[in-house]
This record gives sequence, structure tokens and C-alpha cells, in this order.
Amino acid sequence: MSDMSAARQIEPWQTAEIPGPKKALIISNPQIVSALIKRSRKPLLVVGHRAAEIKISEGLLVDYIIHLAEAANLPVASAPSIQSEFIKRGFAKVASMPLVDVANRLTDPSWMGLDGGGQYDLALFIGFKYYVSWLILSGLKHFSPTLKTVSLDMYYQPHASWSFPNISQDEWEKNLKVIVESLKVK
Amino acid sequence: MSSERNVRIKIGELKSDIGFLKNLEVSIGKVIGEEWAEEAGPTQFPSIVDLREWDFKLLQRYKPFYMPFCDVCCLCTFGKCDLTGDKRGACGLNMAGQQSRIVLLACCIGAATHASHARHLVEHLIEKFGRGHPVDVGGLNVEVEAPITRLVCGVKPKTLGDLEDALNYVEREIVRLLSATHTGQEENNLDFESKVFHVGMIDHVAMEIADIAQISALGFPKADPEAPLAEIGLGVVDSSKPVILVIGHNVPPAAEIVNYLMENGLYGGVEVTGLCCTAHDVTRYNPKAKIIGPISWQLRFIRSGVADVIVVDEQCIRADTLIEAQKIKAPVIATSDVNCLGMPNRTKDEVDKIVEDMVSGKESGALILDPSKAAEVAVKTALLVAPKRMKFKALPDINDIIEGARKCRKCDDCRRACPNDLPIREALAQALNGRLDALASLYDECIGCARCESACPINLPLHSFIVKAAERRLKEEKYRIRVGRGAIQDVEIRNVGSPIVLGEIPGVVAFVGCANYPRGGAEVAEMAVEFAKRRYIVVSSGCAAMSIAMYKDEEGKSPYEVFPGAFDAGGIVNVGSCVSNSHIAGAAIKIASIFARRRLRGNYEEIADYILNRVGAVGVAWGAMSQKAAAIASGFWRLGVPVVVGPHGLKYRRMLLGRKDRSEDWYVYDARTGEKVYVGPAPEHLFYAAETKEEAMVMIAKLCMRPNDTTKGRAIKLSHYIDLHKRFFGAVPDDVHLFVRTLADVPLTMRDEVVKILEEKGWKENIIPDPTLLPRLVRRKAGE
Repeated sequence: MSDMSAARQIEPWQTAEIPGPKKALIISNPQIVSALIKRSRKPLLVVGHRAAEIKISEGLLVDYIIHLAEAANLPVASAPSIQSEFIKRGFAKVASMPLVDVANRLTDPSWMGLDGGGQYDLALFIGFKYYVSWLILSGLKHFSPTLKTVSLDMYYQPHASWSFPNISQDEWEKNLKVIVESLKVK
Repeated sequence: MSSERNVRIKIGELKSDIGFLKNLEVSIGKVIGEEWAEEAGPTQFPSIVDLREWDFKLLQRYKPFYMPFCDVCCLCTFGKCDLTGDKRGACGLNMAGQQSRIVLLACCIGAATHASHARHLVEHLIEKFGRGHPVDVGGLNVEVEAPITRLVCGVKPKTLGDLEDALNYVEREIVRLLSATHTGQEENNLDFESKVFHVGMIDHVAMEIADIAQISALGFPKADPEAPLAEIGLGVVDSSKPVILVIGHNVPPAAEIVNYLMENGLYGGVEVTGLCCTAHDVTRYNPKAKIIGPISWQLRFIRSGVADVIVVDEQCIRADTLIEAQKIKAPVIATSDVNCLGMPNRTKDEVDKIVEDMVSGKESGALILDPSKAAEVAVKTALLVAPKRMKFKALPDINDIIEGARKCRKCDDCRRACPNDLPIREALAQALNGRLDALASLYDECIGCARCESACPINLPLHSFIVKAAERRLKEEKYRIRVGRGAIQDVEIRNVGSPIVLGEIPGVVAFVGCANYPRGGAEVAEMAVEFAKRRYIVVSSGCAAMSIAMYKDEEGKSPYEVFPGAFDAGGIVNVGSCVSNSHIAGAAIKIASIFARRRLRGNYEEIADYILNRVGAVGVAWGAMSQKAAAIASGFWRLGVPVVVGPHGLKYRRMLLGRKDRSEDWYVYDARTGEKVYVGPAPEHLFYAAETKEEAMVMIAKLCMRPNDTTKGRAIKLSHYIDLHKRFFGAVPDDVHLFVRTLADVPLTMRDEVVKILEEKGWKENIIPDPTLLPRLVRRKAGE
């Protein structure tokens, strides 16, 4: 991504995807994410198929996601097409579930979660096409009032409760690392 | 036929200035009397609420999941109203209501478009061939000529004139449904959704009328499994000849162009090419016409400068066609009152005067509402314009691209405008070194919308850069497509009815819809080929049918050359244009009617219940874009056929999703006993968006399962589901236990691994009922 003005960093990445009036708070400091996770009663990490396509300095995005999930003991709901990427990396705390099914269940207050242990209060999203998570997060914003959502992709997602602004890949990777590091601090 | 309304006037005595009449009886436009012995079902010409209970049964199981595309409503001057979360607008409507209302509005637009198309066709064909011209879509091979119209309206059209009864009903219902979207009408989202189903059903009637009218009158292939092969692709056009390009969906002007060329001995000297469904239909009229490609090919072909005259009719035509045509100095002829392009109406002018004005450049085009006159003008203009234009094109040369790369501000606005988030800036940057590979690599995934160009602050023609970079590939685009065959023969239905209903043919998969693909059209072809190889019946229509053709195997053959065109296991069946989708729904209905001998006439609920529980059919609209596609899909939902869309399909704002974890949602009545029986989530969803092709393929295989499958049939269907799941996802699906009713359902070759899962999940054997959701179809009540 080219350098962006501060104003353009908090516009929707796809120009016409205008949201509002309620828009995501900006993750200005990645430690906000670790704080949200630590404070959460029951968080869930939702992973899209692009996690196995997006390259980062330490491999693929899915490699980072495993670090994150392990650091925070997060359960993962993964796009079915990349579940095997988790399994072959030895990460077993992953459930295969299509995105629309996860999102649909998150709007149901009676859903007891992947483990049957109760409702989620925080859902973090990473590894999605921009317009896909834009729409899914919109559904959750409107129809899952008690759920907080966080977009961890490198573009501003206005329908999340919290989102990174539009940032460069370098900056994004740095932020992702800070999240994991700060989660390790008790 | 029995008509909806016979106009009959009887006058005892009438004295007037012109004379004296006595005992005059007039019957207008109808054959009065009953010629169809089948007993009518409960819902002939159903009103909005007649099938509401059936809709609610579906919506209870497949609940809407809304994804608002807009947080506000701006439809009235109370607004804008913020509907976020649990807020209500000034009119009192909440977000769920608003989303379902917008879905209804979109589907009304789609159905109105098909209905208007059908009305124009029927009137045009009646004028040309007469009201009494017989409806004939397959000769003796097709006795159930209009299954949707029979089912919905309870009438059996025999002539073009008969089609008007059903059309009158269609138009009346669309007006009613559209009125429900007005401020202060409906408030309940499920009632809106029921109306969405209703307009979808109405849309199917409209499509059927349109297609059977044109098949009957224009000599299209009549349910012919061996319909001829036509050429498709940018590279198939002989650009040494004058070229006429037709774009749209309503074929009369294109058919008249073929007629004029034939009648005047000009056919071999002029190329007739088409884009979108008019292209499908002109090849059904004359297979020597050539298809350029789906909707995404409009800009790239126009800018290539090959077309000398562009004739547009209606639907899915770019709204900048005239501007683009002017860039290549090609006149445009508009032929439809719904798409006039701001041009002067020359319908009553002399042909030669119109031609002279366009050839001289005095006028950039003309509106001509008479198809035969439009055709004559098009041909004469093409012949005179071609030598002057010298195929003047609007594509840049390589130096322009390099210069553009130098000027690029690197703002990324192009990428941010691109529906598929293509890395245009990065690709252009590589052109600075004269390397065009990166730009060319974007071609396959580019949907041809040119939003990148609109967004560019320095007006770089970025879409043209991509097309130019891929120029060599464009010239190699030479494929073959089996022209649209229209209906499915009754005998084909008899042959496959049993194996489909018992599950031994694992499913019918219909690839339909537009070309708004997430990763190019090849994905559609790959899916179609995979399912055909697995001996599913693959059906195609519209842009998807073209995308399937534009793909070659190792031997250089397109799927239509490899797989037969019969409605049978392992076939790839192109039914034709958008309106030919009616034959796909019609085939499902005919299975219930011809194979299972269920009564068809005005008996919608029972037939839909049959299809939902027994016919393993799935629609796939991988690039669905339009409101018409939305209407088509909703017609399938009401009929009990699930639809899978690609990721852009999420923008339709709501899915209809089942919950396999809620066992209480998956009970049916056993029609033999009245007992309620758990049948598992089959089919699991009614409207589902997949993120990837692989996810879609696994879901398609899963959605083909039906409660009525025999153990042998279920084992076959499960083997495909498990095999695809293992291949793409690396493991046996963790929900396999939900689809095993008895151990005989388990595929033999997968027995060990499946039984292990059954044991882990605490699976229990269940019975296989005679499934229905309708208590009235239970033959013996429980306890009797």
C-alpha cells in the first residue's frame, strides 16, 4: 500500500463502501486488541481463507494466527478450506465452519458456542476479502448487539467495533506482533 | 384451455346510428371451454397470501441472516433514517424489515424486467405470427410444454395468444408486490420475505412465457440434446468483414438482422456477433452467429474496435455504451423503449435517411423501435461504415501504457475502486520497465467494470491497459458452445426421474447467472466439469453457460464438446439465455409431474414440497450480479431448490440459512404414518454464499442430499460429499453423522472412517420416511 494521508486511513478501503452513522473505533495502539482479548469473558477468532494466501515475513498469515491463538488461548473458527493448514501445523483447537454459518450463529443469543460453554462476547476477524468481512461485520453490528467485533486485517472495516485503519503491510505486521507480545505479558 | 378471464359480451338488442343489432354474442381472444381434464389444485393464479403458509414453513427452517449494505433508509423525505441496531425509522420500520423490503424491491425489478421482456416478445410475435400460432417447445417430445405456468396458473397454453392470460396475472401480481414496498405498508420482515418468494415464483412464469414464445415462433432448438455448436470468444470474429454487435436480452432485432442478411444474400459477408443473452438467443436462431462472451466482455470488445455497428436492446447493457461507441466511431442503434440512450426516435423515418445520418457522422445513433427496420438500418450502416472506420479502436499502444505508468500518482484509488481488489497500481508500475505480464495477469480476474478508470484522478484508461497487455490471449479466445436447447424432453425426465428421486444420480447442478466472478469465469467451468465427471446432471444458462464454454481441456476442447448435451448423468446441458432458466425449474417440476405423477395444475405447494424433499437440485450463481438474478433465485427458493452464490452474492444483503445444530428444525412428517421423523439437515441451506470455489463445491454436493434418498442413493451422495471434503479440506466432514440414517447409507469404501465418526458422535439409527412438510399429505394419521 502506498503512503496514505491520515484522513484516508480511516476511510473504508473500498471507496464506495460508505458506512454509518455508527463506525468502528480505530485501533490506534495494538495493545488495545490484547486488552480486549484479556478482558473478554469468551472470545472467538474467526479466520478466512485468505489466511493461507497472505504472505507475511514469518511465512503465511495462518502462521501468525496460530501464534496469536496460542498466546491468548483463543478458539478458532476457520474457513473449511484452510482447516488443514492449521492441522498440518499441529494446531488442533480449530473448528471448521463457513463464515456465514459462524456469523449467523453469532446473532443467536441462544447459541452456546463451538464448545457448548456459552455465548461469545468478542469475535476477532482476520484473513478475509474486504467486502466479505464488510458485509458480515455489518450483519453482526446490527443483529448481535452484545457482541464486540474486531477486524485484524490491514484495512479499515467500519462495521467492526474496533478496526485497524488502512495501513501498510509493514506497519500491519508490526502491530500484529505487538498484539502477541503484549498477550504474553501477564 | 381454461383461461383466467374470458371476456364475453352478449347483447340482446342494440339500436344505434349505424343500425340495429339483435342477439349478438362476442367472445374476445379466448377459446371458451375446458380442454384439460386434470383436476385443479388449491392455488390457481395464487394471490400474495395463498402460499404464505408454505413460505413460512421454509422461513422457519431457513431463517434470514441480514447483512445491511446501508445503515440508513433514504426512500422517503422523512429520511434519511438511521436504522442501526434496534433503531426504527420515522415510518416505524426496523432494519430487518428494511433489508427484506430492499430484497423485495430488487426482486420486483428483476421480475418486472422479465415480464416486460415477455410482454414485448409475445406482442411482437403475435403481430408477426398471429395469436393462434401454436406453442411448441419440443414437438411430441414435450407434452408438458409450460410446467411453471401449469403449476402456478393452472392453465395450459396452446397458442401465443393463450400466453397473455398468464402474463396479465404476472403483471398484476408484480404491481401488488411492488406496492408493498411503499412507505407504511408491510412491516414484518418474514412477510416481506414471503413476498420475495411470491415475486420469484411470478418471475419464473414470466421467464417461461418469454422463452416458450420465442422457441415456438422463432424456430429455436426444441428441447434438442444435440443442438448445434456455435463459436464463442473474442478471437472467433472475422474482423476483415463488417461486424454487427448485438447486446442485451431481447432477440427480435438480432433475429431480424439475420433475416435481412439472408434475404439479401449478404449473410456470409457480414459478421453477426453478440454479447449477453441476446447472443445466446441469436445463436439459437442461427448458430452461425457468434458469441463474444458474457457481460464483462462489453467494454473490451467495443474498445477493440472490431464492431462497426452496435445494436442494443434491453437488460444488462452498459449505460456508457454510446460514449464507448463514439470512441471507436461506431454508430449505435437502440431498439427498446426501456433503453433509448437519449437518442432521437427515428422509427418512422426512411431507412436510407437514417443510414445516411449515421454514416456521415451527423448522428451518433438512432432509436428505432421497429425490429425489422432497425435490422435493415444496422446492415446497411455496417456495410457503409466499415470501410470508413477501418476498425478504429480505442485501445492504447504499449508506449501509452509505459507513459501511463510514469504518470501514475500511486494513490491506489484504482484498486480501492476495483470490486476484486486487483493490484492495478503494482502491475502498472512493472510496465515502467516494459514488462506487461503483471497487467496481463489481471485480465482473467477483471470483471470489465472499468471502475478503476472512473476512480483514476488523472484519467488513465486502466481497463484498456489491462486488455492491451493481454491482447495475445484475447486473440486466442476461440471456443465452442452448444447453443441453448430450451426445454427438457418428457422422455428424458422419465429416464432420470427415478434415479434422481432415489438419489442414484447424485444431483442436478445448475450453473446460472451473471459474470461478477471473484476470480474469473474459469472457476465456473472447473466446477461444471468436476460435477459432470462425477455423473451429476449439469445444467447451464446465461453468462455462466458462456463461461463454461470459455475453457479448454488438455486436448483443446471446451466442455460442451466433451460432455453430451442430454439431461442425463454426466451431461452439460445449456438451456439458453436468462429466460431459459425456466426450463431448469420446469425440469424439477416435471420430475414431480411426469415421473411421480403428482398433479400439477394449480398445485404449487405439493410440488414444491416434493422437490424440497426429493429432488436433489442445486442452483449455483457464482457471479450473480443483477436484480433479475435475485428474482430467479427467489423463484427457486420457493420451489425448494437451494442456491449457492459466490462471495459477491453476499451483497444481496441476506442469506437463508439452516441450522444443522438445531435438531428440532429438521423434522418432517412421514406421509405413511403421520409420525414426525428427524431427517437431518437436508438440504441444509436455501441461500448460501461461499468464500471460495472449493467451499462451494463441497456445499453443492452436500445440498444435493434429500430426505427421500434411498440408502443406495444417499451412499452415492455421501461418497461425493466426503470425497470432495477430503480433497479440498483434508478431512472427513465432521457433520457426516447428520446425514447417515442407517448404516446402509454409509459408502462401502469409506465405511471404517465414517463408522468411527458415528461412534464418536453417539449416532443413532433412524428411519427413512416418506417425507413431507404438509400435514394434509399424510395418508394415515398417527395413532389411527
